[in-house]
Amino acid sequence: MKIVRKMLPRWAAILLFGSALLLMGASGDPTGQRFDRLGHNLMCTCGCNQVLLECNHVGCTTSEQMRQELKLSMARGDSDDVVLAGFVAKYGPTVLSAPTTTGFNRVAWIMPVVIFFAALTAVVLVIRVWKNRKPTDPPASGGDTGSGELDEFRRRAREETTI
Amino acid sequence: MFGLALSVYAFLAGLYALVRNDDPLGETARRAGIAVWVAVTAASAVLVYCAFRNDFSVAYILQHSNRALPGPYKFAALWSGQEGSLLFWCWLLATYGLVLRLRHKVDTRLVAHASVVISAVQIFFLVLVNFAAHPFAMTIGAIPADGNGLNPLLQYPEMVIHPPMLYLGYVGMTVPFCFALAALIMKYPGEKWIHITRRWTMIGWLFLTCGIFLGSFWAYKVLGWGGWWGWDPVENASLLPWLTGTAFLHSVMMQEKRGMMKVWNMWLIFSTFLLAIFGTFLTRSGVVSSVHAFAESDIGPYFVYFLALTFAVCMFFYVRNHAHLQSEHKLESLVSRESSFLFNNVLLLVAAFAVLWGTLFPVLSEWVTGHKVTVGPPFFNKVNIPVALCLLLLTAVGPLLAWRKTSTESLRRNFLVPAIIAVSSGILLVAFGMKPWVEISYFYSLMTIMLSVLVAATIASEFIRGGLVIARHNDSNIFHGMWILTRRNTRRYGGYIVHVGVIITMIGFAGVAFYQNNEQELGFGDKMSIGPYTLVCRSYTQDDKPNYSSEWAILDIYKGGKQITTMYPEQRFYKASQQSATMVANRSTVMEDLYLVYTGKNPENGHPIIKAHLNPLVWWIWAGAHFILVGTIIALIPNMQTKSKKPSLRERARALVEDDVESRAPVEAGND
Repeated sequence: MKIVRKMLPRWAAILLFGSALLLMGASGDPTGQRFDRLGHNLMCTCGCNQVLLECNHVGCTTSEQMRQELKLSMARGDSDDVVLAGFVAKYGPTVLSAPTTTGFNRVAWIMPVVIFFAALTAVVLVIRVWKNRKPTDPPASGGDTGSGELDEFRRRAREETTI
Repeated sequence: MFGLALSVYAFLAGLYALVRNDDPLGETARRAGIAVWVAVTAASAVLVYCAFRNDFSVAYILQHSNRALPGPYKFAALWSGQEGSLLFWCWLLATYGLVLRLRHKVDTRLVAHASVVISAVQIFFLVLVNFAAHPFAMTIGAIPADGNGLNPLLQYPEMVIHPPMLYLGYVGMTVPFCFALAALIMKYPGEKWIHITRRWTMIGWLFLTCGIFLGSFWAYKVLGWGGWWGWDPVENASLLPWLTGTAFLHSVMMQEKRGMMKVWNMWLIFSTFLLAIFGTFLTRSGVVSSVHAFAESDIGPYFVYFLALTFAVCMFFYVRNHAHLQSEHKLESLVSRESSFLFNNVLLLVAAFAVLWGTLFPVLSEWVTGHKVTVGPPFFNKVNIPVALCLLLLTAVGPLLAWRKTSTESLRRNFLVPAIIAVSSGILLVAFGMKPWVEISYFYSLMTIMLSVLVAATIASEFIRGGLVIARHNDSNIFHGMWILTRRNTRRYGGYIVHVGVIITMIGFAGVAFYQNNEQELGFGDKMSIGPYTLVCRSYTQDDKPNYSSEWAILDIYKGGKQITTMYPEQRFYKASQQSATMVANRSTVMEDLYLVYTGKNPENGHPIIKAHLNPLVWWIWAGAHFILVGTIIALIPNMQTKSKKPSLRERARALVEDDVESRAPVEAGND
């Protein structure tokens, strides 16, 4: 046990230190990040059904051309909305990798959230109803094992499992 | 056709025997079911034989094989196309049916009912194979000298085992469905059927999990886009039954321990099966666009009819016999194991809904507005990551809660240390430079790691507590104590190992926020940098083999000014299918993957264009999968028996407490 107690913090420290070192280099240049973010909001239109920056078809000229268009648009100083609107105007709404938050597309985003909260509310209500039900069966006390003896077992359980 | 006839007989004779209580007739139905396996095995073997014999008079072999195709891929051709994969599905179903029927003595009457249900499912798939997608259809016209070859994307070792695993998972979900429907039809008394079903579900779940991970591994190694999960409809289709199956494996404990959730569990099994079939429909119908659409055809309507019929049958028997499933639902506290399972189930089903909703929304949008939209990774990530984090939190808290009721004092005592460790881990990560306020993805990564640490700490405390108690009793060391603990309650501690696998995988997922990539043309001696690595192009060359021609680059990899390895990203051109494919060069370490793709060459000077990805923590995803595999296998092993004679009531009370002591402290309310 002592070995475990000694080693556990060390392992945890190694894990955390390693993860931290790894994740430290997170921040890159803002332009690259913006290109990456916008590129992941667009789909390649060559028919591969892949995100623009992840289309890797051998010799796919569509994705290369679209990436250049994205770079040009960013270089012009267009805002994110203008960049994306430009792509929608040219390639149609399917060029966006996720539904917009306008019109019927809003339903796509709203429904999971509604279901999430409705389901959680339902569970809480169900638990309250079940909790308020009166017991119909005798209390589970362990037959001829007296409550004093059971309390003693509980005390022992707590005592023996305290680290 | 012979298999279909036998299946029809197994179904009709089995049904008649059950109605008339005719046991000898029922036995003939059982044997006919076994004979189905022989017939379908023979058919599958013949198709494989045709592939090895290069018999291009069979249209399927012509379309999916060629002379130069290596042996293992000729074998894999069985499941590489529509017709063959349906035959393979039939064979797996027949194999599951064989095992089920051979083990009929576990409960003759229940198995007889389940056998009729599985025969009905078998009939559907054999009808497909015989009339809609015949794998032995003959080649029309002159027989070509060579075949069209296998899709290059399928010519990888992982593809030899990924589809069988996935199919074993999909088809495996048929068996629990058959038992559940059988139990509902016959108003099965008691909970024995749920014990049988749980084991079968775990087997199906195990295969499905392996299939999903192998598919992910294949996508990572083969597709060359640097990722392992693209939220493609076909990928989503495999996730749906996995999520509902996972929910069932948790909620079934409520039924076993407390006799609760009988209706819920019944419908979870039905939903899992229906979603497995629905996934197959999505894969094959072409109703939604997919990267993985290897086997599209017009058999979609068959699946729609089958789904509708299956749902109608389930609903009919549920309405007719639902009174049998009624149970008294009573909880003593919101803070209890039961509540945690309820929340767990709801979150898993919300995740399943979100995946299904996102997958089908393009179809819905087109139907409502006339315009199709794309629902890709940004949608699924935004919707599912918060749900996954809630699930992680529950994974940490759940094991600390006692059945019936947990006192605040007990919760505080058990939760304090793990919570301190988790919060400290978060503070440390921020102190070392992680900036969760810069981008939401960094925040999610931080939360994932913190919650994973929390889960790890709670599970570790469970093992340590129990191991210590046994070590004291047996006068042994803690590790032996943990070993005995696991063997005494394989299901519980196997489950914890599965949870460890899940958090290891989640840590791997957390690395996604920090993926980097760079693309560059590399001539002789040219350099390219990504993260701490420098790639130097030593050379580039090409080769010609019977099955394909290839081009590749030879890159020396330097880190900290020192050469650490040489990598060979490659691109192949498969002659038979006239298609190209990339062979990714990947250097995987615990910390990160250096992932190189030969994306093409500059036509003017012939220099290769290399795309380099630096993907942190990917190794953890595959490591986590191994833990999940081992944990599930442990959970399938029967518990070690400790007592041979019937114990007295006093001994039972003592054993009860010791059992709780082994597992955890908070015995707050009565014996269960």
